[in-house]
Amino acid sequence: MSLRIVVTVKYVPDATGDRHFAKDLTVDRDDVDGLLSELDEYAVEQALQIAENADDAEVTVLTVGPEDAKDALRKALSMGADKAIHVEDDDLHGTDVMGTSLVLAKAIEKAGYDLVISGMASTDGTAGVVPALLAERLGVPQVTLLSEVSVEDGVVTGRRDGDTASEQLEAQLPAVVSVTDQSGEARYPSFKGIMAAKKKPVQAWDLSDLDIEAEEVGLEGAWTKVDSATERPARTAGTIVTDEGEGGKQLAEFLASQKFI
Amino acid sequence: MAEVLVYVDHMDGAVRKPTLELLTLARRIGEPVAVAVGAGAENTASTLAEHGAARVLTHDASEYADYLVVPKVDALQAAYEAVSPAAVLVPSSAEGKEIAARLAVRIGSGIITDAVDLEAGDEGPVATQSVFAASYSTKSRVSKGTPVITVKPNSAPVEAAPAAGAVEALAVSFSAQATGTKVAARTPRESTGRPELTEAAIVVSGGRGVNGAGNFAIIEALADSLGAAVGASRAAVDAGWYPHTNQVGQTGKSVSPQLYIASGISGAIQHRAGMQTSKTIVAINKDSEAPIFDLVDYGVVGDLFEVVPQLTEEIKARKG
Repeated sequence: MSLRIVVTVKYVPDATGDRHFAKDLTVDRDDVDGLLSELDEYAVEQALQIAENADDAEVTVLTVGPEDAKDALRKALSMGADKAIHVEDDDLHGTDVMGTSLVLAKAIEKAGYDLVISGMASTDGTAGVVPALLAERLGVPQVTLLSEVSVEDGVVTGRRDGDTASEQLEAQLPAVVSVTDQSGEARYPSFKGIMAAKKKPVQAWDLSDLDIEAEEVGLEGAWTKVDSATERPARTAGTIVTDEGEGGKQLAEFLASQKFI
Repeated sequence: MAEVLVYVDHMDGAVRKPTLELLTLARRIGEPVAVAVGAGAENTASTLAEHGAARVLTHDASEYADYLVVPKVDALQAAYEAVSPAAVLVPSSAEGKEIAARLAVRIGSGIITDAVDLEAGDEGPVATQSVFAASYSTKSRVSKGTPVITVKPNSAPVEAAPAAGAVEALAVSFSAQATGTKVAARTPRESTGRPELTEAAIVVSGGRGVNGAGNFAIIEALADSLGAAVGASRAAVDAGWYPHTNQVGQTGKSVSPQLYIASGISGAIQHRAGMQTSKTIVAINKDSEAPIFDLVDYGVVGDLFEVVPQLTEEIKARKG
């Protein structure tokens, strides 16, 4: 039987752009270019590698996001994913991490899955909790923050490098996996891949397809409320000296004046 | 007074500093009740009591070491049900965030991650977060259920606040999911003898300009002269010069020390995201146009192979 892999991906504002908040304190998506979150490319890559090593596998990329989020799906499809699901609904605007994980979990269940693969965090929200939330909601093992992953005979194994120890993990499928940026360089889409992606199916679902009420998500339904967002004042200009043989000593003098020595 | 649950991060009973910082923040909201599980849990009590824990709920079982995350979620949920707290605070480690998130689903609560400050508010605790690579600061609160909040290291001072710290056995029954992910093997990381990167008061980092794994010895020497932790930029880590656990930046650790010294680091957004909130920033770089100089309190344009050893020697001389 085919190994069904669902990769969750997010369309995020470019981190190298000038990111801002909109008036309702949600992320302003209009003024900054969006793209597939870099950390999700690693998830797509590992999904493709697992699929290539399986006798029969299908990789579906799933995103929850506005119209433009299709770009993130196209990128994943051009890397080699087989099909895509786009959950889009005006009522989703302002959904927080709890709501997003609810929508993703319902969509994953509807799509059918043996393995869910996510990135370690998004590059905009950066919470890094969606994989754990999905495992909890789906009631399947959580095998997260892996820098190495493989699947064999219905068992997923991987290495989780923590601060105090490196752990070798294993769990039976179905399971939720997340991979770090150490899991292996993500491939670039080939020209052939880009052309092929245009013909791959992108399914569109809205909240009613997932039996989710509008009140459960969106800004009003969010489990958290942002009261204010303040731009950090630019750091005041410091002293810059050019080393003419005494740079290290000058620096030591500064550190001493600040009581660090 | 309302009780606030604090999840304890400890190693065989030795409490890590971020947990003591959580106790400081918990006391702003109510009376701290600590939850410590795993080997040595009971040994955490005296330290926790000194820093304000009124009660310390403990439980040990082999499941905590043998399976990933879920047994700890079961324990925290048991404590939540026993205490009915006003809020649940968890250290913002990779594991801490996962534990907190799963608890939040179970108790129908919202979650705020990576808070850098916390204060009491009329509608519950207000958390400050540093977002978009620290270019914005937001204030938020949990609007559904009991607030579950994870807090980053170095977000509050450690304060002595003696309390009873009465040890109580926590009754935990493990869920069906508890044994889902087996920890088949564990290799402890070798201790460098240096402070933990995210907890250190001073961090000395090296980047592309260090130009080789062997050259990191001069970064380490400077760090050791200051009792600092060693960090590395993504470029240095990707080149294989320094371990990923030391990476500072968006895909590594985010640090907020009293003093951050960047050597041979240009200051790309990827790196700035992880160190921009440091109190004092110092940089040494050959390129006077490097964006890192926009952030510094003091910068030296020069060759790090000249400047850093001279700085190290001068610090040693001054310290005597």
